[in-house]
Amino acid sequence: MSPSGDVPSDSAPSNENLPDRAWMLRGARAAVSIPAFILTAAFVGYAGLARETGLTLLETLAMTGLVWALPSVVVLTGALSSGMGIIPAAIAVALASVRLMPMTMALMPLIKVPGKTKNWQLLIASHFVAVTAWVYAMKNLPDLPREGRLPFFIGFGGAVSTFVFCMTGAAYLLVERMPDIVAGALFLLTPVYFLCSLWGAARLNADRVAMITGLVLGPLFFLYLPGLDLLWTGLVGGTIAYFASRIVRRGLS
Amino acid sequence: MEDQIAGTWWWPFVMILVAGWLATDVWRWLGVFAGGKLREDGELLIWVRCVATALVAGVISKLILFPEGILAETPLWLRLAATAFGFASFFASRQRVFVGVLAAEAFLIGGWLLLDALG
Repeated sequence: MSPSGDVPSDSAPSNENLPDRAWMLRGARAAVSIPAFILTAAFVGYAGLARETGLTLLETLAMTGLVWALPSVVVLTGALSSGMGIIPAAIAVALASVRLMPMTMALMPLIKVPGKTKNWQLLIASHFVAVTAWVYAMKNLPDLPREGRLPFFIGFGGAVSTFVFCMTGAAYLLVERMPDIVAGALFLLTPVYFLCSLWGAARLNADRVAMITGLVLGPLFFLYLPGLDLLWTGLVGGTIAYFASRIVRRGLS
Repeated sequence: MEDQIAGTWWWPFVMILVAGWLATDVWRWLGVFAGGKLREDGELLIWVRCVATALVAGVISKLILFPEGILAETPLWLRLAATAFGFASFFASRQRVFVGVLAAEAFLIGGWLLLDALG
């Protein structure tokens, strides 16, 4: 068994000088994966909801492509169907999307080549930050050479979102009504997948402690501070995890 | 006046652009600029990772404890047991995500059918 796990060791030395296009292709090929299928299943479930809500096909697709974060898409769907004004809707969606900022922040040092990567390249890549691609990137990008990470991530994110975009449209047109048990099973897919792969993506003890504090605090803040609950879960749970594991690492200094 | 605008074909797309795309991507852009200054081996990055991880973990437990749609009609203990069984299988299979997901789904569907048959 090689210590690096998934990366085939025979091709490792020649990986360094591949052009960006080759890395993008590799990312796109890696997108044929379990996470992509799970995300597709989740969006197929959403297409049913969008149709029941009365959204047109074009509106459903515009949201999928432009927003590209399922919780925010669901919030916006509710806003559109209830005739909410544009400002309150924007605030509701923005609150549901705050989580994308620390996620993007944590990804940046991983995909950036200091002094070479341009900001516009990072801004393009950032559109693909959503829980699925983020978890995948945090787990797998550290095994790649630094130069290849950004094009690989763009290839991966682009391929996953294109595929999901098409499947959402197809599901909107084709799926009349899903049997209850299938719909229910689709809804459980996402949390179980996140749970396993987030644990797999943890590199430090701090990450694992943060996962546990987040699991516990998430529902508590949801019950007592709904609306901003995820932000509080992240800030409070993450800070507790950081200091707890830091004390274990370096004592009380 | 406002009702007239809200009734047009293009209004939903303005909503999607402003309240959807802009309200979401602005956080990603802020993350790019704030994250660009982080050092890869710095303590600050460890904290940011902790915050992001706890946040995603919060999403997970919300999805299991307070699910949307039809899954909300299953008993809580079944969802928790299915998740626990999936997570245990994930470890038993030397951390293969696919095995964990499949095990949890099998447990959920099996339990669901059994409850239906009994009830």
